[in-house]
Amino acid sequence: MISILFFEQLLNGIQFGTMLFLMSAGLTLIFGVMGLINLAHGSFYMIGAFSAALIASLTGSFWLALLASLSGAAIAGVLIEIIIIRRLYRRDHLDQVLATFALILLLSEAVRWCFGAFPLYLDIPKNLNGTLPILDDIIYSKYRLFIIFMGLLIATGLYILITKTRLGIRIRAGQNDRQMISALGVDISKLYTIVFALGASLAGLAGAMIGAIQSVEVGMGEPILILAFVVIVIGGIGSIKGAFIGSILVGVTDTIGRIFLPELLKVFMEPASATSVGSSIGSMLIYILMALILIIKPSGLFGKT
Amino acid sequence: MKKFTTTLAALVILGSSSLFADGHKVKVGMITTLSGGGSGLGIDVRDGFMLAVKGNKNISVITKDDQRKPDIAVQLADKMIQSDKVDVLTGIIWSNLAMAVVPATVNQGKFYLSPNAGPSKLAGKGCHKNYFNVAWQNDNLHEAAGGYANSAGFKNSFILAPNYPAGKDALTGYKRYFKGSLAGEIYTKLGQKDYAAEIAQIRASGADSVFFFLPGGMGIGFMKQFSQSGIKLPVVGPAFSFDQGILKAVGNAALGVKNTSQWSKDIDNDANKKFVKDFQSEYGRLPSLYASQGYDTGKLLISAMSKAKVKDKDKFRDALRKANFSSTRGKFSFDKNHHPIQDIYVREVIKEGKILTNKIVSVGLKDHSNAYVSECKM
Repeated sequence: MISILFFEQLLNGIQFGTMLFLMSAGLTLIFGVMGLINLAHGSFYMIGAFSAALIASLTGSFWLALLASLSGAAIAGVLIEIIIIRRLYRRDHLDQVLATFALILLLSEAVRWCFGAFPLYLDIPKNLNGTLPILDDIIYSKYRLFIIFMGLLIATGLYILITKTRLGIRIRAGQNDRQMISALGVDISKLYTIVFALGASLAGLAGAMIGAIQSVEVGMGEPILILAFVVIVIGGIGSIKGAFIGSILVGVTDTIGRIFLPELLKVFMEPASATSVGSSIGSMLIYILMALILIIKPSGLFGKT
Repeated sequence: MKKFTTTLAALVILGSSSLFADGHKVKVGMITTLSGGGSGLGIDVRDGFMLAVKGNKNISVITKDDQRKPDIAVQLADKMIQSDKVDVLTGIIWSNLAMAVVPATVNQGKFYLSPNAGPSKLAGKGCHKNYFNVAWQNDNLHEAAGGYANSAGFKNSFILAPNYPAGKDALTGYKRYFKGSLAGEIYTKLGQKDYAAEIAQIRASGADSVFFFLPGGMGIGFMKQFSQSGIKLPVVGPAFSFDQGILKAVGNAALGVKNTSQWSKDIDNDANKKFVKDFQSEYGRLPSLYASQGYDTGKLLISAMSKAKVKDKDKFRDALRKANFSSTRGKFSFDKNHHPIQDIYVREVIKEGKILTNKIVSVGLKDHSNAYVSECKM
């Protein structure tokens, strides 16, 4: 019984991790290529979810809604990059943090202004509703398997994009030496816009996929943004591979920790206080993990030293 | 001559009305959550309150957003008390914010009327003569849920709530009335949206029922994920996860769920009918229980103002204590610790046309007070 539960929780952790990966991949790319700390990344998560909810309520199709989340967040990304972000690349990190924090407030207010303060409805498609038996005794939500599948698909896609395509070469070159590739005649500002829009659209897709099982509301992006930062710090800033490993690590640690820590404490504490102490420590676990990794590898698992 | 007398008359009227107004004016500071997650609750409380005091020239309201952050709520309260010189504070939704603001406020001689949060500490040892809760003591709705679970024949419940004061009060309240055993008890992170791990535990626990208290957006996620998980256990919870503001977002997953509430839009009395009708025409949406609490808070304030001046603290307090207003809940009075004695209903989520809403199934607890009255020395 315990091993079944453990396996199911492991899947939950991986699912959570793949979602985190969609968020942190964009964040780490944007930081790696442009050197920009983008606090407003969570807003694209929200914009993606709201675009999806809007299209789903108009057309009734979940798949069109997913498409809308990608394109909605990408369009917002392009506009914001051209109007605001572009001016920040040469500034120091404090200016970037201040400006993108202001963007969070602006975008949240704008979304509330358009859609109201009450959560919107977005549901998963009928054929992904329910569960699927995997192995003998283990049943698992179809939709969560779909999320894992999408996460892995996008991870593979990004891997191919970065290692096998011309755009990928430029992105990697941009990470290594910004001045040099612009000197070589690559249109650097176009590259920046593309990378920013790519990151935004991945966040938007994550927002729509998660919004369908949680809630689509203003401010939904900020809690996950903090976790995404933890992920890229653990994985090494700028590294997609690090973001992937970091996401899975954080997802699994968080899920397993918050369930099994209280159970573990019940062995030598009374149940009521074990639950409350256990869940308190459980929610700190990923930060403890981050601290430990930074002690051993100060620039993260795959960061450049 | 005629002109002179009219001018004189006008002057007298003006003079007397301004004199009259001076003593009877009340400045209200409303601190509530208007942005970020959970803003729907604050907006409903505010809208309900504003509807109640609409057109009353003697009440001026300053509304500020606490962003659901205790430190910001404390700053706002300080500013309202010290520079805006408000007489009455109200509006806080979350118990952790109330714990940060209320004690300091009432100790400075201001009145605090709570339209929502009712942490046990403020009902028991920490009760105060200037603190009135117009909504409920936190445990109340959960106690009714526990009582309902007994009558529904549940023997083994799995219970969960967020790890903050109201979450602890919730599980305490449920356990106080529920006679069966517990298959599991979990505290989740406040603001958590994904419950895959908890749902897996429920599946493995062998429970025959689930009780949860997850207000606002937290409950939306839980209900949707629970219904997708294929677990067919009956669910019971307080109204917070099934109120009008979020039912639309939960969708059909909520249909048929029993939940407990001190208010419902189908409570049959004139005050409630008027409230539901006025709220709809003013804001174009159905009111939630939060809106009814804000509305009752406003009506309570007006009732006290008609009896005493706010500067005359003792008289004003007595007037508040009498709760001489027609509540949307029908019968309403304060117990010794200034928390309501009221009926708590069991409601069921139904569909009216295309809109999901609630209807009353039965009275869960009649004339219900709270468990902390005896701890309050007042």
